[in-house]
Amino acid sequence: MTTAPSAGTPSAGSPSVAAPSADARPAGASPVGAGRPGADQPFDVVVVGAGIVGSAIARTLAGYELSVALLDARDDVGEGTSKANTAILHTGFDAKPGTLESRLVHEGYHLLGDYAAATGIPVERVGAILVAWDTEQVGNLPGLQEKAIANGYLETEIVGAREVYRQLPHIGPGALGGLTVPGESIICTWTTNFALATDAVRRGAALLLGRRCTGASVEDDVTVLHTSAGDVRTRWVVNAAGLGSDLIDQHFGFDRFHVTPRRGELLVFDKQARPLVDKIVLPVPSAVGKGVLISPTVYGNVMLGPTAEDLTDRTDTGTSEGGLEFLLEKGKRLMPRLLEEEVTATYAGLRAATEFSDYVVEVDAQQRYLLAGGIRSTGLSSGMALAEHVRELLADTGALELVPREDLPDPPRMPNIGEASLRPYQDAARIAADPAYGRIVCFCERVTAGEIRDAFAGTIPPSTMEGLRRRTRAQNGRCQGFYCGAEVAELFETRAASVPAGAPLAEGQDQ
Amino acid sequence: MTDVTTPDAHTRVVEPEVVVIGAGPAGLRAATELARAGTRDVLVLEREREAGGIPRHSDHPGYGMRDLGRFVTGPTYARMLRDKATDAGATILTEAMATDWAGPTSLMVTSPEGRLRVAARAVVLASGARERPRAARAIPGDRAQGVLTTGTLQNIVHLKHGTVGKRAVVVGAELVSWSAVLTLRHAGCRTALMTTTHPHAESYWLFHRPGRIVLKTPVATRTRVTRIMGRPRVEAVEIEDLDTGQRRTVECDTVILTGDWIPDNELARAAGITLDPSSRGPLVDTALRTDRPGIFAAGNVLHPVDTADIAALDGAAVAEHVRGYLEGRQPPSAGARLEVEAPLRWVAPGILRPGDPAPPRRRLLLWTEEYVAVPKVVLEQDGRVVARKRVMWPAAPGRVFRVPADVLDSVDPRGGTVTIRLER
Repeated sequence: MTTAPSAGTPSAGSPSVAAPSADARPAGASPVGAGRPGADQPFDVVVVGAGIVGSAIARTLAGYELSVALLDARDDVGEGTSKANTAILHTGFDAKPGTLESRLVHEGYHLLGDYAAATGIPVERVGAILVAWDTEQVGNLPGLQEKAIANGYLETEIVGAREVYRQLPHIGPGALGGLTVPGESIICTWTTNFALATDAVRRGAALLLGRRCTGASVEDDVTVLHTSAGDVRTRWVVNAAGLGSDLIDQHFGFDRFHVTPRRGELLVFDKQARPLVDKIVLPVPSAVGKGVLISPTVYGNVMLGPTAEDLTDRTDTGTSEGGLEFLLEKGKRLMPRLLEEEVTATYAGLRAATEFSDYVVEVDAQQRYLLAGGIRSTGLSSGMALAEHVRELLADTGALELVPREDLPDPPRMPNIGEASLRPYQDAARIAADPAYGRIVCFCERVTAGEIRDAFAGTIPPSTMEGLRRRTRAQNGRCQGFYCGAEVAELFETRAASVPAGAPLAEGQDQ
Repeated sequence: MTDVTTPDAHTRVVEPEVVVIGAGPAGLRAATELARAGTRDVLVLEREREAGGIPRHSDHPGYGMRDLGRFVTGPTYARMLRDKATDAGATILTEAMATDWAGPTSLMVTSPEGRLRVAARAVVLASGARERPRAARAIPGDRAQGVLTTGTLQNIVHLKHGTVGKRAVVVGAELVSWSAVLTLRHAGCRTALMTTTHPHAESYWLFHRPGRIVLKTPVATRTRVTRIMGRPRVEAVEIEDLDTGQRRTVECDTVILTGDWIPDNELARAAGITLDPSSRGPLVDTALRTDRPGIFAAGNVLHPVDTADIAALDGAAVAEHVRGYLEGRQPPSAGARLEVEAPLRWVAPGILRPGDPAPPRRRLLLWTEEYVAVPKVVLEQDGRVVARKRVMWPAAPGRVFRVPADVLDSVDPRGGTVTIRLER
């Protein structure tokens, strides 16, 4: 186990999180960042997109003697597709064999699993069962098992209805059999993103938030990225912009693929529903329509979803009447008892669907440009392997010298927001040492004043209530602020006032 | 899962005779009466910074009539209840949240003073109720800021002296909704519209008329909110006329979701206590006993929600029964279950045992989904009508319908389930 300071503790020489400014040269070189350029020097690499994939790439590259920047249009990391996926750490059992996605999910599963253990990202190895509800689905199970083997995952088992009901006593009537996938796990997607981005920043990467990339000028030795908050100069550009990756690609003269924002709505049920289901319940892919899944979450809730609806607006994360009705209808058949429980939250996330069935990861050495596009929701699982793949591709060009750094800091120790390990409010010794961990300010989620303080003192402090929620779970619970809304908002404003980064503050809170 | 209930060197063990969960009107009054009756040690756990419960947020008169015989504001009422409990000898611990059970009547508690194991002989659950948030009401649309429950609104305005928007839509037109309108006005926010799914604004004449005249607030009846629009802040809501299906948009920067209460039943459920499936509060008998020996419940956790003074009087009543338990009196074993038929939604208490006293204030508390102007309450048991009583006040949605408990006089507590219904 690492002895690194908690990510919630500002370390000596804490790297700076650059706030948007008119001229975004890689200024503010930090003592930690060994490879930071001087004020007039371009970065070696700018990674566009601070979701899980971009953060993982920036973290990997910052492990070499390179000056790296992680750039994002939003005011926080993980504000796009990464914040609202189904939070499953996939084995890759159902990927298309032979694809890049298959290989990277398989590798990434192990890499992220190990990284989670080292950094404290909440993971629960709950396992999954694909439940077959008709004879066509039962007939598909052997093929799925073969596919899993082709993907290098050997632990699946085809089981009968009796075994399905033994493992999932509360699913609705009519299940005929299933395929168990014991390796499928649940993970905290938020902490994953924060850990990778925090690690990147501690390794010296500059975090450039609030900069929407509006164009690129590729010159002989340097590329100028034009952003909403000034130009950023760099030698190489890595495009990990998710929902915006096709638009960035166009700035480099390509028209290779098109992103269709695919909206997935999710219902999150009260923690009181958690005893109903202890495994991920997956649909069996079949000719008639897409199924939805039921999954426990690391926060102790139960999730139902997602829907799949193609949109045109790349920012529309609203929920729809049809989506909610669809989920309730599906849920009624999958697990009738679940619908008797309270819905705590509804989410809509956007996935970056493209016309390609595989990831599109390609290098253009001439323009010193690499595209990591078409990364669907599996990017959570594959992200760290994808970062390795990107590093290899860059090394292969010979244009970037990759010298491993020998002075790398330990990975950050992330605050635990999962239910499977001790949380601060339960930790008598910790409360005795610091009473702030005994002051619960969000009752439903049992978030303490100490954790909120730590979030603001962290390497990447939140700039909105929403960002605070993803770091601490504050207001993520069943009351959605009935009791603590005003209290947490006040803490937020007091703490946010002490954070130098000039991101806009949220007004009130949303539900 | 981590075992968090085994005390370690840092966990302090305290052993009061009774622990009360929640320092709202019900909990404070229960503690006062228990302490006055000579209970050795009464500990009230309050997770908020200050004891007093919901009345603290409601900075307008209307409190204390039934229990104190006075007409005071919410904050004054809360202070009076606090003082009485402390004067009687009860201990109130604020910022102290009971998080897990550590035994049949023992709880793990987190507070800035440390982690405690509270090992009591009896427990009174008085955790109250909250309003359902947007997600539980399934209102689709944008994730917009400015969508609040009355609880959050009043917290922001009255406790934190914060501001809200300028133009609100209030969802609901019941007592608490008007309280929200008053709070909004206090914060300089005009209520553009109130919506209710119920058909007759007349059913709320008590507060509808003053509302219309004094507050100039229009009420759209038979109307539901179908969508919230605006990013990052609310810009409008879409509302639907339930009769015609027609939809229209109402501009606003604030949406207040009122009513639609659910008891804070987390500890009750964690203990495995049987809940009333309709109210979702603990199922209790007329002595306010749950089905776990030594665990009682009082206040709006049982009947979401009645007024603060009614909750307080529950607290007064439960104290006597807790004393009886501590003195070793055994509860009668069985009892007749009370259930309701539509349009009634729930009844509290839900069990009548032989030899047990009348419920608090000699009233059965019921909740109706429809307005009945001059209701007749009918009780049926084992296939025959055992009581039929005309009540001289309406049964109206959005507030508790109180029925004199003498309707139970001819119920056989050893008999089968009693069904309660309304006749017009």
